[in-house]
Amino acid sequence: MGKLIGWIDDRFPLTKMWNEHLAEYYAPKNFNFWYFFGSLALMVLVIQIVSGIFLAMHYKPDADLAFSSVEYIMRDVPYGWLIRYIHSTGATAFFIVVYMHMFRGLMYGSYKKPRELIWLFGMFIYLALMAEAFMGYLLPWGQMSYWGAQVIISLFGAIPVIGDDLTLWIRGDFVISDATLNRFFALHVIALPLVLIFLVVAHILALHEVGSNNPDGVEIKKNKDPVTHIPLDGIPFHPYYTVKDIVGVVVFLFIFSTVMFYFPDGGGYFLEHANFVASNPLKTPVHIAPVWYFTPFYAILRAVPDKLMGVGAMGSAIVLLFFMPWIDRCKVKSIRYRSSIYKVNLTVFAISFVVLGWLAMQPVTSTITMLSRVFSIFYFGFFVVLFITSRNEVTKPVPDRVTE
Amino acid sequence: MKKQILILLLSILPLAVYAEGNVHLEHAPIDTSDMASVQRGAKHFVDYCFSCHSAKYMRFNRIGRDTGMSDAELRENLIFTTNAKGAPTKLGALMTVAMTDDYAKQAFGAAVPDLTLEARARGVDWVYTYLKSFYVDPHRPTGVNNTVFPDVAMPDVLASLQGMQKAMYKTEEHQGIQVESIDHLELEQPGSMTEEEYDAFVADLVNFMSYLSEPVQNERKSLGWKVLLYLAVFFVFAYLLKKEYWKDVH
Repeated sequence: MGKLIGWIDDRFPLTKMWNEHLAEYYAPKNFNFWYFFGSLALMVLVIQIVSGIFLAMHYKPDADLAFSSVEYIMRDVPYGWLIRYIHSTGATAFFIVVYMHMFRGLMYGSYKKPRELIWLFGMFIYLALMAEAFMGYLLPWGQMSYWGAQVIISLFGAIPVIGDDLTLWIRGDFVISDATLNRFFALHVIALPLVLIFLVVAHILALHEVGSNNPDGVEIKKNKDPVTHIPLDGIPFHPYYTVKDIVGVVVFLFIFSTVMFYFPDGGGYFLEHANFVASNPLKTPVHIAPVWYFTPFYAILRAVPDKLMGVGAMGSAIVLLFFMPWIDRCKVKSIRYRSSIYKVNLTVFAISFVVLGWLAMQPVTSTITMLSRVFSIFYFGFFVVLFITSRNEVTKPVPDRVTE
Repeated sequence: MKKQILILLLSILPLAVYAEGNVHLEHAPIDTSDMASVQRGAKHFVDYCFSCHSAKYMRFNRIGRDTGMSDAELRENLIFTTNAKGAPTKLGALMTVAMTDDYAKQAFGAAVPDLTLEARARGVDWVYTYLKSFYVDPHRPTGVNNTVFPDVAMPDVLASLQGMQKAMYKTEEHQGIQVESIDHLELEQPGSMTEEEYDAFVADLVNFMSYLSEPVQNERKSLGWKVLLYLAVFFVFAYLLKKEYWKDVH
């Protein structure tokens, strides 16, 4: 065995990579609950790719066959139903995990110097993930697939001058049709997964270059053992965090399986009821709402009376997040040592995000529109308040070493 | 201003504004693990629905396999049709019907929807209540209307069993305007079944349609707890392993 590894090491940096990224990657020893979600996101990506490969073996990206091929998978393909539910539940799980992971970053200031690029790569992963999910949702070719895509693509039409041509270019037709389905399939199974994998590799490489942040926001590399040069508060990722993450994975899979086996529709939020009706370009569903993970942004869109402004507001709701490393000017990373203004601000932001998500699922009434506006203002207010207050924020003293 | 916003919003987003009657739906008393009920429902489905409505994503012998009917029983109870050449429909055939959309449009003014996924798209309570909510309405071409699905094109196929119901109206005041609406339905002319018999008949039919919409649901639930049990056991080992490794940290 040792001989074989030696043979490989002479030709490929196997042991070097193993040590660099696992056995000699020193992570802070005080990771808490919130630090499970990074490795979980990676696992969900693998689940989605593997289940997706098997779905693609039986799925037909053809407007006449797509809907029935999904039912064929659900009925005639051995364990096809399981693969399909893994993939559909996996989409929801992916967003839950990623939202938790991003919130962790906000709480502990993981986007701050020197981790700006990790955050940016992560935001691009989030964007690619949204595109991936949106295109994947068209593929079952049900009513909600069709009309949801219709609504989202029509948003590009709001862009002045090029809007109409742009929507035509995206669809490849004047309406959503076979051409759209085919290209979305190609993008969903080849282009975007490649982009995602590339970005995930960049995200992890950047992380391993600068080292992980932690709940105290302390740089563990500042306190190294004088002899070994190993951070005093660091422990090797493998075996400590691999065995810890296995526990997280089991708990995650328990919840995942509970949903998948007992609530695969997620009460109509993961698999929408209207999507069990084959797409019909002549019949608009009574109520169109995007899948839950897009709803906060959809609520912001609906809150603005002008279409172009609405699209702009929705876009900036995402774009602003990219600039977090520069909007937040406070040097202290962790929420533990920051001012109560920041704590309240972040709490209001998180609540607004959830409430906006709920609001977008409700049919439009004047009350819902009014509430959507209020919470949209809270959402954007987070960035404004943060930019202003973080400059001279009164913080608590940060310890030299991690506290747990 | 509010109106303008609404108009703008509606023009951006193709949100349909027609609303289906917001009636209270009855709870469908069904149990998809009750295979005798699913079998009875399959028979009712083939007898009453399957002339016009297809279940085109489903195969006959899948019903046999899941509910424990032999091929002979399937032929005796569910398969009465032939293919275009006159040979009996195959056991593994999809449950299609001969009625075309064009014919249906001439006969009913609308294409007849496929029912494979109806129970999943609308919910079992909707289907259950719908099948109990036809009432006599001389203004409709079919002579009947439905409280759950107003102005539905479908005739009251089950009238001979349930009998004919008539609508009892109530008048309410809404912002100073007298509004007349249906309060409840009353049986006017009894059918061949008592009310209890008819409810049981519809429940079996809905139970079958629920099964039809997701034939794998019993298998799904029975596999589920085994997976969860495995994970629960695995958790104990994973946790102990973590504890063992971490005891020298701090």
